[in-house]
Amino acid sequence: MNLFYHFGSYFVLMAKVFKRPEKASIYMRQIIVEMDNLGLKSIGIVAIISVFMGAVVTIQTVFNIDNPFMPVYAVGYTTRQSIILEFSPTIISLVLAGKVGSRISSEIGTMRVTEQVDALEIMGINSAGYLILPKVVASMIINPVLIIISMLLGILGGWFAAVFGGILPEAHYIIGILLEFSFYDITYALIKTIVFAFLIATISGYFGYNTKGGALEVGQSSTKAVVFSSIFIILFNLILTQILLA
Amino acid sequence: MISVKNLYKSFEGNSVLKNVSVTFEKGKTNLVIGQSGSGKTVLMKCLVGLVEADKGQILYDDLDFANLSFSERKVIRKNLGMLFQGGALFDSLNVEENIIFPLDMFTNMTKDEKIERANFCLKRVNLENVNKLFPAELSGGMKKRVAIARAIANNPEYLFCDEPNSGLDPKTAIVIDNLISEITKEYNMTTIINTHDMNSVMEIGDKVAFIHLGELWWEGDRNAILETDNKELNNFIYASELMRKLKKES
Repeated sequence: MNLFYHFGSYFVLMAKVFKRPEKASIYMRQIIVEMDNLGLKSIGIVAIISVFMGAVVTIQTVFNIDNPFMPVYAVGYTTRQSIILEFSPTIISLVLAGKVGSRISSEIGTMRVTEQVDALEIMGINSAGYLILPKVVASMIINPVLIIISMLLGILGGWFAAVFGGILPEAHYIIGILLEFSFYDITYALIKTIVFAFLIATISGYFGYNTKGGALEVGQSSTKAVVFSSIFIILFNLILTQILLA
Repeated sequence: MISVKNLYKSFEGNSVLKNVSVTFEKGKTNLVIGQSGSGKTVLMKCLVGLVEADKGQILYDDLDFANLSFSERKVIRKNLGMLFQGGALFDSLNVEENIIFPLDMFTNMTKDEKIERANFCLKRVNLENVNKLFPAELSGGMKKRVAIARAIANNPEYLFCDEPNSGLDPKTAIVIDNLISEITKEYNMTTIINTHDMNSVMEIGDKVAFIHLGELWWEGDRNAILETDNKELNNFIYASELMRKLKKES
């Protein structure tokens, strides 16, 4: 019953969020601010994780392919496909669910318990729209950029591991990276990213907006936001993969 | 003027407001007093539409707030100012941006006009040179004053104050009380203040309504309150040693 209640409340909130904004220029300004807060300030963590993820994928692939009939350039190919299709869009989105999701939820939750959300309502402002919509739009714009950066850095990380680790000749790695490249793989990854960005921003916004109580409840909302965002990312990863690749 | 008629509100079967009928007059500071948990805050939240009443009418002049559509309510809300217990200033905005916020949303004023209005409001609450400070850098009294400045930025017809003195020292509390009273008269607003501070009642209470256990038990002005024979109200007024002493002396 509780689950149905949350589903219903989520869709009721979304109906409020996507109402026509009071003043478009204010919302536009907020979107820019949120792109900085949620996106640009996440570049560091995305970069670090991507480089090391690419390096580890390359090393593991090298040591797991010991068949003499398997061409060496398969390492580059496998690294590229793993990073583009799964690691960057899904793993980085899970990381962003933790970083960005908890930020969104705790920010809105704190505003709720300190009556700042009520203050917006009293002014005649659609608080759900003003607080959540810019975050949703900003995430859906900036997350694909982060994921493209992640893909490039992941492949670069693999190159570092191959060349400086001395486990694979550079030329073989590059041949593998360029082999049978399909642009649809990027499209697939970006579609997933945009859906995940929507889920992270709306689910975290939902838990933050419905916070009741004090500091303890803000923390609980934040935890729920991360947990449920992650679960829905995994669920939609399966659904989208089935739809887009099957 | 705001009239409340036969208002009821309950939460999960627990009655918080029972048949409350009271009128708040224009150009006066109307105080709602009562013990913690008596239903004052719920009444105020019903008045501003943050909580929906179960039954009864809330009339803003002649408009029944409960029966208005979302967009009609929005028109009334643009004429509301509210001072929350903790100030409820937006943490991410500085003082000037906090005051300008409602102007940004609902007016077509130029940037210079908005800054001029913010400076005027800050001057009116006796605060200057704090424009660029953030709420975290302000004292409790300053936060309340900035919140008042934000509440009056849009020239509201109705001002709601929820425990404006909570957390303030007695001297600052009187400054805030007098400021609200002066602004009320100056702009001819309908001001409603929730409080349990008897100093406020005696200082600025043009009209006082006493709520007890969710019901209106008494209403009158600050002079009549000391002569009432209402038992529950007397228990509330003379709860402190100081008030009992003053009563004895008089």
